[in-house]
Formats: sequence, structure tokens, C-alpha cells
Amino acid sequence: MITIVFLGKLADLAGAPTLQLAAPLDWAGLKAALPAALAEAIEDPRNRVAVNGALLADKAALQASAGDEIALLPPVSGG
Amino acid sequence: MRDIRLLHQMFLPGTLIGPFTQANPGLGGVCTFVGEVRTDQGVEALELTHYEPLTLKGMHELADRAFDRFTLMGLLMVHRVGVMRPGEPIVCVSAAALHRRDAIDAVDFCMDHLKSAAWFWKREKRAKGNGDSEWHWIEPRAQDAQDLARWQR
Repeated sequence: MITIVFLGKLADLAGAPTLQLAAPLDWAGLKAALPAALAEAIEDPRNRVAVNGALLADKAALQASAGDEIALLPPVSGG
Repeated sequence: MRDIRLLHQMFLPGTLIGPFTQANPGLGGVCTFVGEVRTDQGVEALELTHYEPLTLKGMHELADRAFDRFTLMGLLMVHRVGVMRPGEPIVCVSAAALHRRDAIDAVDFCMDHLKSAAWFWKREKRAKGNGDSEWHWIEPRAQDAQDLARWQR
């Protein structure tokens, strides 16, 4: 399994802070496995993706396998 | 003396600053900034979420950059996560240096980056007027980007 971690308001959209999905996953596979509103939200270029704590320069190049953790990171708050 | 921490419980900045100052003998100046949850109308609580694999690592990278950019003897950077009430401290940054400008600028540099580029997500619990309250996510502000741009010149 792969753990998906939702941060900030993406956790509200997901309805939970984490989700387990079957491995392996690429970017298209991840979007297909998520509810439509969430799949659309993570396309926003301001939302970043990390795999096992490493930020991806190009999230479309996502490749995750069993045991990996994918974090979906909205822009950080200011203020 | 370098002390970089994420805290899950309420802290008293005074209890950190004294020992930090003592741990940098021979310093010429120490500058400290403490940020607290503002008492804004209707705001009952502030919650900061972090992502363990990125947030603390990012704070250490920020400390590395501060040591590269300024001539520092020590740097203390402590940030709260979790739910806080108005008046509670959120962040404490203290820099010790031989000369004041390095200490003051290092604190300013760290704070601008912690505010707008560190991996924290904030939401406020606001009273709705009918006795209930609701959580609202805090979005990035244009001012934060301007504050960061000061250090890119």
C-alpha cells in the first residue's frame, strides 16, 4: 500500500488526513483514485507533491511503490 | 550554540532566551523576536499543522542559510505546532553575534522565511455570532512574498 498524506485545506477536501491506496501509483493513477474535486485541486500548480519527504520538481513524473508516502502540500499560510 | 526545535506544547520564551544567551559567552549582542497569537476580534484559537518530514528539515536548512549569510555565534529557532490560544507564543528566534547588525538581520531573515516559506499551514477558529465557531484556513498574503523578496536583492 501507499500512504497519501493531505495537508492544509486538502485534508478538508479529502475528509481525512491520510488515505491508503494500492501500489504502484503514477500521477494519472493517483488522480484517478481520488475524488474528482481532490484530483482537480492537486492539479493546481501551487500545490506541491513530496514522496518520502522529498519534493518533486515535476509532480507529473510521480512514481510511487509499496511502502512509499506521498504528501500533497498546498501553499503554506502567511500572516 | 544552535538550537532548532518544533514544540507541541506551550512554551515560555524567557526560559529559552536566558540559557541561550549564557551558551554564547563573549557575544557582542543578542537579538530576540517572539511572535504570539494576536487577540483579533472573534478569533478563539489558531492551529498550526506541519508535515514532519519537511518542516523540521526546512527549519534546519533555513538555519544553515542564516549561518552562511550572517556572522553568527548562535541561533535559537523554536516554533510551535498544534492549537494555540490568543496570547500564546508561536515562535521564538534569537541570534547571538559579535556585532548587532548580524544578530538583528539574522532574526529578521529567519522570521520572513518562517512566515512565508516554511512548511506550516494555519487555520483560525472564529466565532460566528450565533454562539458557534468555525475553522478558516489562512491563505498566503502578498505582503509575505514582498517580505521574502527583500532578501533576494
